[in-house]
Amino acid sequence: MRYVKQFTIILFVSFLGEIIHYFVPLPVPASIYGLIIMLAALSSGLVKTASVYEAGRFLIDIMPLTFIPAAAGLINVWAELKPVLLPFAVITFVSTVAVMGVSGKVTQLVLKHGKKTGK
Amino acid sequence: MEFLTGSVFFGLLLSIAAYELGMTLKKKTGLGILNPLLIAVAAVIAVLALTGIDFETYESGAQYLSYMLTPATVCLAIPLYEKLELLKHDFKAIMAGIVSGVLTSVVCVLAMSAVFALEHEQYVTLLPKSITTAIGVGVSEELGGIVSITAAVIVITGILGNVIGEATLKIFKITDPVAKGIALGSSAHAIGTTKAMELGETEGAMSSLSIAVSGVLTVIAASVFAQFY
Repeated sequence: MRYVKQFTIILFVSFLGEIIHYFVPLPVPASIYGLIIMLAALSSGLVKTASVYEAGRFLIDIMPLTFIPAAAGLINVWAELKPVLLPFAVITFVSTVAVMGVSGKVTQLVLKHGKKTGK
Repeated sequence: MEFLTGSVFFGLLLSIAAYELGMTLKKKTGLGILNPLLIAVAAVIAVLALTGIDFETYESGAQYLSYMLTPATVCLAIPLYEKLELLKHDFKAIMAGIVSGVLTSVVCVLAMSAVFALEHEQYVTLLPKSITTAIGVGVSEELGGIVSITAAVIVITGILGNVIGEATLKIFKITDPVAKGIALGSSAHAIGTTKAMELGETEGAMSSLSIAVSGVLTVIAASVFAQFY
C-alpha cells in the first residue's frame, strides 16, 4: 500500500500548490509552489524521501509523456503558427544554442576561478 | 469509428503507444533525431489527420496524461533535494551559470521578437521556451500566450538541444561535467537532461537541478520581461 501513501502525499502537495496559486496574485504556476513546498518538506524532515520516492520516480519517468497532448494541440493552432513559422524557427534555434553556450561557459569559468583562488 | 473514439482510453492509448513506437525506433536506429517525444507527437497528429478524428475526441482521453504535469513537477523536488550537497559545494558557479542562461534566453527572445516585429502575444508565447513544459505552459498561460504553441516550441527546443547538445558543447569547449549538465538543463530542460544522463551521472544530476532552478527563475524573469515588449 506504500504507493497509495506516496501518491497521497504528492497529490496533497500539488493540491496545496493549487490553493496557494488561487489566493496569491502572482504569475507563478501551482506546480512551482508545489515543488517549493515539497523541497521544504523534504529538507525539514517533515516528509522523508522514502515516503515519496517510488511514486516520485514514476512521475518523473513519465514526464515526457505528459507533454504529448499539449504538443499535439499544435494541430489546432497550425493556422496561427504557419505565418510565423520562420521567425519562430530562427528564434528557437539561435536562443537554444546561445543559452547552452553561455550557461555552460559561465559555469565552467566560475568553477575554474574558484579552484584557482584555492576555494 | 464511433465505438473506438467513444472510449476514454482511445486518446490515452494512442499517446502511450505512439511514445512506445518512438522509443522502439530510437533503440533500433540509434539516431538522436528520432526522439521518442518527437515521434509520438508526429504520430498522434498523423493519426488524427488521417482518420479525421477531431482533437477534442483525442483530448477527452489524453487529458489524463496532462493532469500528471503538476505532480510530476512537484516531484522534481526529490532529485533536487538529493543533490543539495553538490549544489551547496559549487553553488556560486551553478547559480551564475543558470542565471546567465535564463537571462540569455529572455534577452535573445526579446531581441529577436523585436527584429521580426512579432506581436506581444507571440512574444510571451516564446518567452518560457527553454524551461520544462510543466512550468513553461503555466508561465505562458499567465502572461497571455498561446499555450499549445508554447508547449510545441518547448518540445522542439528540447529535442533540438538533445540532438545538437554534444556538438554545441564541443564548439564552446565546455568540458567540465557540472558545466555540461547546467548547459543542457538550462537550454533544453527535461529532454536535454536525457542527453546529460547519457554523458554521466554528474551531468544528469546538474541538468535535473537546472530544470527546476531555471524554471523557477524564468517564472520571475519572464513576468518582468513580458512588460518590455
